[in-house]
Amino acid sequence: MLILTPNIPDPDGFYEELISAHSGLSKEQSDAYNARLILTLANHIGDRNVITQALQAAK
Amino acid sequence: MVATRYKTAFQLYPYAKVSAQDNAAARHPVVIVGGGPVGLALALDLGQKGTPALVLDDHDGAGLGSKAICFAKRTLDIATRLGAGQPMVDKGIVWNVGKVFHEDHKIFDFNLQPEPGHRNPAFINLQQPYFEKYLVDAIHTAQAAGAPIEIRGRNCVTKLENHGSYSTLTVETPDGPYLLEADYLIACDGARSPLREMMGLSFDGRVFEDNFLIADVHMKADFPTERWFWFEPPFKGAGQSALLHKQPDDIWRIDFQLGWDIDRAHELDPSRIRARVDAMLSSQAGQVPEYTLEWTSIYTFQCRRMEKFRHGNVIFAGDSAHQVSPFGARGANSGVQDADNLGWKLDLVVKGLADESLLDSYGTEREHGADENILNSSRATDFMTPKSELSKTFRNAVLELAAKHAFARPLVNSGRLSVPCNYAGFALFGEDMLAEGPEASRPGMTCPDAPHDEGFILDHLGGGFTLLALGCEAQDVVSHGLTVQALTIPAPSGALAKRYLGDAPQGIFLIRPDQHIIARWSEFDAAAATAALAQAIGKDLSC
Repeated sequence: MLILTPNIPDPDGFYEELISAHSGLSKEQSDAYNARLILTLANHIGDRNVITQALQAAK
Repeated sequence: MVATRYKTAFQLYPYAKVSAQDNAAARHPVVIVGGGPVGLALALDLGQKGTPALVLDDHDGAGLGSKAICFAKRTLDIATRLGAGQPMVDKGIVWNVGKVFHEDHKIFDFNLQPEPGHRNPAFINLQQPYFEKYLVDAIHTAQAAGAPIEIRGRNCVTKLENHGSYSTLTVETPDGPYLLEADYLIACDGARSPLREMMGLSFDGRVFEDNFLIADVHMKADFPTERWFWFEPPFKGAGQSALLHKQPDDIWRIDFQLGWDIDRAHELDPSRIRARVDAMLSSQAGQVPEYTLEWTSIYTFQCRRMEKFRHGNVIFAGDSAHQVSPFGARGANSGVQDADNLGWKLDLVVKGLADESLLDSYGTEREHGADENILNSSRATDFMTPKSELSKTFRNAVLELAAKHAFARPLVNSGRLSVPCNYAGFALFGEDMLAEGPEASRPGMTCPDAPHDEGFILDHLGGGFTLLALGCEAQDVVSHGLTVQALTIPAPSGALAKRYLGDAPQGIFLIRPDQHIIARWSEFDAAAATAALAQAIGKDLSC
């Protein structure tokens, strides 16, 4: 089951790190970075059903 | 002459000529410059402990305008310790529900249900002038009981000569200037601190290029007592974000984020402000309720702090030492915590019970507090006004997801309300010898409140050092010229047991005058308590 309740400790720290990871990148570079990040996270999740649910939830 | 920089809401300490103005410079142990929340709280704390405090303020009362409006529980607990908390809570507005909007739709609401068993609520909304007035009322009560506090209104410091071990001040008054000397000079003179300027000290940090319009409006509207916050508000001319929040006396604080490149005079034109306020209020009420503009102001803000808060015998506290964005109520609240931290240390140093180096710990502890506040308030500001296209994409993604999924709601940041500072790991704090005890009562934390004996446990801590014994016995500890008062509660139960002991059957807690926990143990050991006390007053720092 895809977790849709808060699950990240230190949400503000996470958000800051996420935005900072993009600093200095062009739009194109940021898009590519986001794509790599999604693929990396999807691999970590592994569960095909969960990934499908996430693809739906984000629509 | 003493210039009038602003109108006052209450005249609290009218100018009265004192004999010192005709005599040679008198020496004072502590001179506090600035009669705002920080200076007044510090004077009250020192005076109640018997250390003379002289407050110089260039006005004769509390400045007009609501300014700080949100006072957090920690501040109220400090004010309660100082005898000024109850009128604040009685007058203040307690709110729990917040609503977050994005454009024209509500994303979610939250209910900060207060945890029961605390004397004070998580926060109240109260105009700053009331906060100051209640502190001055408490000062008058303390003075009547013999506390050596003096406030001199319309006394403006125009020159500072720092001689190392003391300072000489030139003080301008309506009857002309006079000189006085201070062993310790405490600068509580605000963000533009003239004393900081006179010392030639820098104030570094990040400038946020944004202007905010504040309007305090008086209206009897049926809006609920809630905090309403809009990202990208739909009403005309509101800017990037807007806030509606209730204060006492039917006053509502409205905030509009206007952006950087604005014409201040034009934006302060009352008809232009009214157009904005009309648009906001009618979007909620369907029509424009009757209201009057009470106070308006445009402000910019910066997140910055002095590198060091202590400069020998000149010490900075509150906005003079650090400044943050207003989101999260971390300005006045952190300033009052500065006063709370400095009060007992200065008292011990002036009385010769601690070395002057104890004052350095005020700097390290409160610089840490300021960093925490700057971090939180910078994050809130970056979320509210994304600094890049990418940042805005993520921000709006969070807002869209938050409308549908609970997981994204903790990421929505319109300001994180200040929580008490934790000094775990700092030099004055001892080891944790009750490892199975809860997080809330670890060394470094502020004492949790809990019901006790028809009242609350914080009421029993007094203004000195306390050894709290829960479920076991302890005796007073007399050492270093100090008496640590033992407070034994043989059978703690309910919230008191849960918040201090958790699953532990018993515990001993050594508590500072500012109600931070120094050390905790599973049983009373006089030698260990004596050693921790020495550490807490900086006696073993050179070892």
